[in-house]
Amino acid sequence: MDLTLSTRSEDGRTVVEVAGEIDVYTAPKLREQLAELVDSGRYDLVIDMSGVEFLDSTGLGVLVGGLKRVRMHDGSLRLVCTQERILKIFRITGLTKVFPIHASVADAIATDST
Amino acid sequence: MATVELRFAAKPAHVRTARQVAVTLARRVNLGTPALDAVRLAVGEACGLVVALQQETHPDEPVVVTFDDTKGLSIDVCGAVELESAEGIAAVDVLAAAVEPVVDELPVGASLAVVSALVPRLDVVTSADGVTMSMRWPAEASAHA
Repeated sequence: MDLTLSTRSEDGRTVVEVAGEIDVYTAPKLREQLAELVDSGRYDLVIDMSGVEFLDSTGLGVLVGGLKRVRMHDGSLRLVCTQERILKIFRITGLTKVFPIHASVADAIATDST
Repeated sequence: MATVELRFAAKPAHVRTARQVAVTLARRVNLGTPALDAVRLAVGEACGLVVALQQETHPDEPVVVTFDDTKGLSIDVCGAVELESAEGIAAVDVLAAAVEPVVDELPVGASLAVVSALVPRLDVVTSADGVTMSMRWPAEASAHA
């Protein structure tokens, strides 16, 4: 399955719904999308990864790059992810300490409203 | 002798094909779901790393992945990577790279950090011809996450 992306606004955040496989081939598409959002002034992002079937370190790198970009603007990047096989790569790399990971978009948005 | 051999152009698009072959063979030898996910990710990382390094210096050379499912599952990922850059492949501290204030993504060594964490037995051999990443899952590897 290829990578599909869709973006919407919700309560002042930008929710990016990602589905499919994020790997060395498809990650540039996500990188582009995140860079476009930040360039257009959207600094509070929620990446909904509920539909992601595969994530590799290239994809992690794109998320890390996105996080660093929004932080330059005092923004935030939150992830929504519950699949064990996707969470595993965050755990073995220690990146659970870097990304706030939520069980639902509603939860991510509620936590973000500080 | 390898039971299956896959040879592909050093392009990111083909890494997925290697993952799918690996998962199909892992199923065949009944590795169990956690190991199956580990095989999928480890092969993806190893091939992605070799493709990334090879694209710079040997874009026309193929990446060769050999699978042996006669005793557990053995997977060798071979690429024509310059010895100097092959020897420079080292697992990086992904967390440290991620919290660096510089706006940058993860270094290629992140792949190796992930592979090392996933594979019960990993050997990285470098020679003048390139690099071979050998990954072994014993038949009872279903216990490994």
